[in-house]
Amino acid sequence: MGMTMTQKILAAHAGLEKVEAGQLIEANLDLVLGNDITSPVAIKEMEKMKVDGVFDKDKIALVPDHFVPNKDIKSAEHCKCVREFAYRNEITNYFEVGEMGIEHALLPEKGLTVAGDVIIGADSHTCTYGALGAFSTGVGSTDMAAGMATGKAWFKVPSAIKFNIVGKPNKWVSGKDVILHIIGMIGVDGALYKSMEFVGEGIKNLTMDDRFTIANMAIEAGGKNGIFPVDDLAIAYMKEHSKKNYTIYEADEDAVYDAEYTIDLSTLRPTIAFPHLPENTKTIDEIKEDIKIDQVVIGSCTNGRLDDLRIAAEVLKGRHVAKGMRCIVIPATQTIYMQAMEEGLLKTFIEAGAVVSTPTCGPCLGGYMGILAAGERCVSTTNRNFVGRMGHIDSEIYLASPAVAAASAVTGKISCPCQLA
Amino acid sequence: MKAAKGTVFKYGDNVDTDVIIPARYLNSSDPAELATHCMEDIDKDFVSKVQKGDIMVATKNFGCGSSREHAPIAIKAAGVSCVIAETFARIFYRNAINIGLPIVECPEAAKDIEAGDVVEVNFDTGVITDVTKGTTYKGQAFPEFMQKIIAAEGLVNYINGK
Repeated sequence: MGMTMTQKILAAHAGLEKVEAGQLIEANLDLVLGNDITSPVAIKEMEKMKVDGVFDKDKIALVPDHFVPNKDIKSAEHCKCVREFAYRNEITNYFEVGEMGIEHALLPEKGLTVAGDVIIGADSHTCTYGALGAFSTGVGSTDMAAGMATGKAWFKVPSAIKFNIVGKPNKWVSGKDVILHIIGMIGVDGALYKSMEFVGEGIKNLTMDDRFTIANMAIEAGGKNGIFPVDDLAIAYMKEHSKKNYTIYEADEDAVYDAEYTIDLSTLRPTIAFPHLPENTKTIDEIKEDIKIDQVVIGSCTNGRLDDLRIAAEVLKGRHVAKGMRCIVIPATQTIYMQAMEEGLLKTFIEAGAVVSTPTCGPCLGGYMGILAAGERCVSTTNRNFVGRMGHIDSEIYLASPAVAAASAVTGKISCPCQLA
Repeated sequence: MKAAKGTVFKYGDNVDTDVIIPARYLNSSDPAELATHCMEDIDKDFVSKVQKGDIMVATKNFGCGSSREHAPIAIKAAGVSCVIAETFARIFYRNAINIGLPIVECPEAAKDIEAGDVVEVNFDTGVITDVTKGTTYKGQAFPEFMQKIIAAEGLVNYINGK
């Protein structure tokens, strides 16, 4: 019986020729990540360990991004704790405000995540780097602490679900629609404890930013990781961004999967997840009633990349957000911010009546920069629409692509750009 | 490992970490402070009613969503001695073991047990007893490796002891 792509990466990092689903292994880590919410807890735990500093100062990334620039005194204290730890341990990849970005957009851009790596991060969306053919998964603060101290983590080798991607997406259909469609199909625990392995000729029709979005939301189906094959596009991305050596792993022909699905991109429609679970999806055509909204957020580790901003700007160009609408645009990193400025995207947003924020996770998790009041509705390009996620427990979140979010900002109700005059 | 015994708080499917401990309180990492907001957005009376040793029971995918270890920390600091569920989201599962919050997967118990029942969990045998109903269930035993982490009361002590 052959191994899946994920199993091959894990076997290589555990020093084993072969692993199988369910096996407990200890794997060597290529990168350990934490943010301003999870790192302070990890630092406290690491201090209890009988270790002399971190295992490798070059293989740890600390990115304050959730509540920065500091939203209040307590957040400032957390960031100070992370900063002092980073300086004390001479952490190479600590990113201060001014150079930081939302972690899962920033680390690939900085070339810290490449194909064949094993990466853990104390943030559930660490699964994003599977877009480049890495095994990456979210863990908690104690795992992060043990990872920083020892350079190792224990894993139960996952089984996998195979998604065979075929066809080419139509205009206004992007990676967000692909992953929302999949989550709608298999449910928020449809891939619980499993790998989601994407294969097929249709992948060439997905941009790197589409793939980051898809891998990013593997966790919303309960997945341990999401992973893409390493094709020319992925190689070009790594060559442009990274000096690290990468290793390409491919699933064996006789690898065994728990389930297999075919996703025909040409049949997908703009898809929206209704409150309060990412699995409550409807296509734009299935929404018959007007759903009036109060706020739109375009950003996050899911959809704050350059492709996302380009699509949003294409929709907003020459148009204006509806009266009474708050439209908040958050480029995910400083580099994306700069590119968006040079391409004139930010001018388009501001002329359309949107606001543009410095990189932050802020509103996605109800931190700050766009909290919802009771009864308010938001169309958001973020990843979770749980009760109270973005504010009051009586508010509602509709998850959608940047195209749908931008069109909805213009009309004041859930809309597709194809419906705009 | 000492058995857990307490009164049950019962929840449904997909209890996410945002309702276990809302992100607006994540500017703190103090367990006692986090405990005062535990389950606030799904059960506002939980904090005032929970007694030391009480047990949480839920159906599938408990703890889905973010990786915040603050979620099992808040539950443990609120006094909960064990969480029983049909299934747990994987990061929550790891986190609970790593901080020494006992959790048990048992679909039958998770379905049958009701709020207010008195339940006892024997971690050595994996047997769950609903004292109120007079029923017993066999929970999923942990692999030996995880038992060692739990016996050491968490991953930090386990690593220190190695």
